[in-house]
Formats: sequence, C-alpha cells, structure tokens
Amino acid sequence: MTAIGKVVRTTAFKLSAIYFIVFTVFAIAFVGWISRETDRVLTQQVRDSIEAEIGILADEGLSKGLTGIVAAIEQRSRVPGASLYVIADKDGHVVAGNVTEVPPALLKQSGLDPVTVPYKRLEGDRTSNVAMVQVLPLPNGLIMLVGRDISEIDRIRTVVAKAMVIGVGLLILLALTSWFFVSRRVLKRIDQVSATSLRIMAGDLSGRLEVTGSGDEFDRLASSLNAMLDRIEDLLSGLKEVSDNIAHDLKTPLTRMRTRVEAALAGEGSGEDYRAALEATIEDADQLIRTFNALLMIARVEAGSPDGALTSLDLARIVADVAEFYEPVAEEAEVYLDLSLEEPLPMVGSRELVSQALGNLVDNAIKYVRSGETPPETARVRVTARREGAEIVVSVADNGPGIPAAERERVLQRFVRLEKSRSQPGSGLGLSLVEAVTKLHHGAISLSDAGPGLVVTLRFPASG
Amino acid sequence: MRILLVEDDRETAAYLVKALKEAGHVPDHAADGEEGAFLAETNRYDVMIVDRMLPKKDGLTLVAEARAKGNDTPVLILSALGQVDDRVTGLRAGGDDYLAKPYAFSELLARIEVLARRRKPGEAETLLRVGDLELDRLSHQVRRGGTPIPLQPREFRLLEYLMKHAGQVVTRTMLLENVWDYHFDPQTNVIDVHISRLRSKVDKGFKDTLVHTVRGAGYMIRDSHR
Repeated sequence: MTAIGKVVRTTAFKLSAIYFIVFTVFAIAFVGWISRETDRVLTQQVRDSIEAEIGILADEGLSKGLTGIVAAIEQRSRVPGASLYVIADKDGHVVAGNVTEVPPALLKQSGLDPVTVPYKRLEGDRTSNVAMVQVLPLPNGLIMLVGRDISEIDRIRTVVAKAMVIGVGLLILLALTSWFFVSRRVLKRIDQVSATSLRIMAGDLSGRLEVTGSGDEFDRLASSLNAMLDRIEDLLSGLKEVSDNIAHDLKTPLTRMRTRVEAALAGEGSGEDYRAALEATIEDADQLIRTFNALLMIARVEAGSPDGALTSLDLARIVADVAEFYEPVAEEAEVYLDLSLEEPLPMVGSRELVSQALGNLVDNAIKYVRSGETPPETARVRVTARREGAEIVVSVADNGPGIPAAERERVLQRFVRLEKSRSQPGSGLGLSLVEAVTKLHHGAISLSDAGPGLVVTLRFPASG
Repeated sequence: MRILLVEDDRETAAYLVKALKEAGHVPDHAADGEEGAFLAETNRYDVMIVDRMLPKKDGLTLVAEARAKGNDTPVLILSALGQVDDRVTGLRAGGDDYLAKPYAFSELLARIEVLARRRKPGEAETLLRVGDLELDRLSHQVRRGGTPIPLQPREFRLLEYLMKHAGQVVTRTMLLENVWDYHFDPQTNVIDVHISRLRSKVDKGFKDTLVHTVRGAGYMIRDSHR
C-alpha cells in the first residue's frame, strides 16, 4: 500500500472528505441562490425606475411638447446620480443628455424592453460603464434613451463571488482542521488501543490501556477492555494454579501406582503379595477416576451445560433428602445433624446438581467438625433452608474448628486443601463444584464464621 | 445366559468375553455396529451390552433400530460419556441401563444379571419373601418370623430393592441410582452406612444373616438355607 493509499484509507480522511464535499455543495447552492435572488430584485428595481422616468418624461412631453422633454432632460442630466438620458437625432448624434457614447446600433432598436449596454458618460472616459437602457422614438425622428447605471449590481455580484470564495476556503480549512483533530486526537487513541492489544496478544498480559480520565467513549472503551483483561489474567493464573495442582494430585497416585507395580514385579513375593499390590492399585485407579470425573463435572457445570434440563423443584425436599441421606453417616461419626426447613422453597434448577452440591457441604461438615477439639457429644452440623425475600438461603454450619478468614476465599479454588485436612480423604474439588453449581443457578456462595466453626451459605433466586 | 457384546476395543472385548464366560455366561462378540445389528436380529439373547461409540453404526442407532423391529432384549449401554444428560439420551434410545466407562467388571456383571432377570414374570408380586423375611409392598409392612420390623420409608425402599433382586448382587451405585435416584459419587461410604443400619434392624438378633456383603462388588440378600 502506498503512503497516499494509506492516508486515503484512514477514517479521518474519509470523514473529512465527506464533510468537505457536503458543506461545499451546500455553500455553493446557498450562495448561488442568494446572488440570483439579489440580481433579480435589483434588476427589477432598475427596470421599475426606468419605467417611472419614462412616465414622468412622457407627462412633460404631453404638456409642453418636445421642448418640454428636452428641457426636462437637460435639467435632470445635471443632477448627479445614476440616471442616464440621451436625445439623439436619427443619425445617432447626441443632441442632449449626460452620455457621450452609446453603441450606435442600439438607437435603432427603439421600443423594445430595457437592454443592458456598455456606455461612456464623459468625454475621454477610458473605460465604459454598464447600464440598462430603454430606447423610445420621439417625433421629428429624434430618439430618446433613458437608463440607469447598473455597475452597482455588478459590485454586489463581485461581493457575493468573493464571499463564496472565502466561504469555500474556510470550509477547506475547516475540513483540514477536523481531519487533523480526528486523526490526531481521536483516531490516534484507537491506534493506541490496537497497538496495546497487539502487545498484550504477544504475551504481555499485564499491559493495560491508558485511561485519560476524560470520561469520554474512549475512556469507557478502555475501562471495559481493561476489565476484560483483568478477567482473562485471573482466569489464566487460575488455570496455571489448577494445572499445577492437577499435576500434583494426579501424579502422586500415579507415581504410587507405578512404584507399587514395579516393586511387585521386581520382588519375589507370594501370590498374596501380588494380590495386595493389585488391589491397592485398583483403589488408586478408582481414586484417580473419581478425581477426573469431578474435574470434568466442574468443567461442564462451569461451561453452563448442566446434566439434564433445569426444572422447577422444591429445594426444601432436596435439602431434606440430602440430610436424610447423610444422617446415618453423621450418627456413625457421632455428629448431631440438625435440620431446620421452611416449606416449600420453589426454585428452578437441577435436582442432581443441587443434591450433589449440598451433599458435598454436608459431607465436608461431618468430616471436619471433629477435626478440632470439639468433643463428640457436642459436635453438630446444622442445615437450614429458608426464604428471605426473593432468595432461598441454604446454610450448612458446623461447630468445628472452622477456617481462618484469610483462607476462606482460597478453599473455593480447585484442589486447594488446607494443610490440616490433607489427612482426610477427598480430592479438594468438593467446594469448587459447589461454587460452580451455585453460579449455574445464578446463586452466590459465602463462607463465614459460625463462632465457632464454619458456615457455608448458598443463596439462590426463588421462583414463584 | 446368552449375551451379545458389541464393543470395538479389541482388548476390552477379549477381557469381557473371558470374564463373562468365567461367570458362566455365553457371550457373542461383535466388533462394529453393523455386525452387532446382524447378530441381534438373527439370534435371541438374554441381554445385550452395547458400546455407545462404534464403527459403522453407533450404539444408540443400533438399539433404536432393534427396538423399532420389536426386539425387546434388555440393553446395557456402555459409554465414556458419564453425565446424566448422556444417560438420558441413552435410555431414551431404548437402553435399559447405562454404565459409564471406566467401570468395574463386578458392576457390569451385577447390572446385566439384574437386567436379564427383569424380563421374567412375577415382577408385580406384592409380597416379597426371603427366608423368614417378608415385605408387603402394598401395606408397607415388613416382618421377620412373624415379628413386625418398623422401617423408615427409605429403609423400606432399600430393603425392597434388595429383596426384588434376592440372590443377585446389587452394587452400591445401583442402590444409589435406584433407591435414592442420585447419579453422583457421594465420596463417603454412605451406602455402606445405610446398609449396616438396615442390617441392624433386619438381621440383628436372628440366627441367620440375610444381608450379605459381596467383597469387591456390593450386597446381596439371600436365604443361606437354599
């Protein structure tokens, strides 16, 4: 692309060119109309005054005869002004009047409408002026000419033409200025945006667009793009953390399996030893499959493609079922499972996913309530579900050791398991799934202090 | 029983055929959908095991076409896709059960045995009996040796499912799906706890145990005297 082609392609050039053309056409049309109208009005005025003069002179002629006309012309010719008078004989010699030279041919066309002719007023005039004249025949073969100088109209035309030139000149200047402004100030910022985007695409994810603080469209655009970049950066760092954690949580059992199988092959164990090794291997494989399934499940839920369609359901029923399902587990762990329900709690969702999410919460609570100093007889998990305005609030609270405020946000992340829970079975994916399911149902999850213990609260929009 | 296995992975198929034979069944193997459809049409099987993704003709089409031709052999669909909506499509195509890969062979075996039994008449019998244990499906009464045993509604359904399949292995997943209608993995051994609670009501204090644990597979209710 040539340099000129490049300039022509810019939005600034196109915009300026369009402005320029539109305004020029408009200005020419406008000025043209004004000058034509002025011309017409002025010409009409001249004609009217010529007619009036002729009328007066004709009255003189009627009352005093030819001499009266000549005398009137002589008298009028001495008044300084624009009117022209000539009385000529039939050969074209000027007998009386204030004009020295008119085209001789003109005097022969008597009786016609006024015409425009050049003339010289004084003897020795270098240039001829322009006048509109009417020629009338008089008795005795004399010819009378009455006219008015119209150089004034010409001057007005000149002024209009000048105004047009200046106007178009100003328009060109305006177009150039707007071009300059648009390309310099406005489009330059768009160029900056694309340059920054290119830099970010090239790998510099920390790059951000400049926000000038003017609050204009470009600032708003830059702010939205920056917010998008923040989100992308978050997601990418999340992804990195997740892949690190996956590497750890999947590689550990794989390594264990490999080592065990290798040791079994190398050793000279009995059939019993082989059997034990194989059984342990299947157990590890099952754990790996569970982790994989949980990961896939979270990915699917987060991608917004839930298992089965979302239907109208009664959350109270689901909570009751889940509590009933885990109740024997709680009893076995010597944990008192306390259920408090408001019925009904209608919402739209997936029974399967909500059950699984609640199951994870109850299961976690039963596991962790005893991990601290809580004595068996007081350990308890309290599940409540109630309606609060347009929301359904489900909470699972325990009176165990809880989670320090600083770590609460972190436990929602995939594979994050607090150090003291490493000894418990689990993938570290449970809460991530709960969060994903909650988001899918347009709900919110929060972790807070149950004083003592942890309370996980889910809020879903109620239906009906 | 006669089993048709339609599975394209050679190693899996060879292992399944061997294991099914060891379990006392007579399996036929088809390596692609067309061969499977041909065998299904020309032979009479007690149960068909159909992989979902097959060369030449996919498993769901095979099942749907067999159903359209009036073949009502129970079908177990195998799939690497384990999510509930895939399960729903599988069942809608005419499958009777759905098992996600990877699975334990004991799970597969328990499921096809239950599937094949499902066809037999007497399904609607209202009084289930195992040994001296009686379950009345109409009055929701359970008695053992004439003594009434009070059960919670869910315990009743658990026992009902076990007794409906008396003498057959039922896996934890089967119980989870059929008694609770949950298709997710509850992480903890919740089912075992429910079973042990049921046992304490049904077996405790009686000379013969009826609810048995089948190692590596699941549970079975059976009268040890028969």
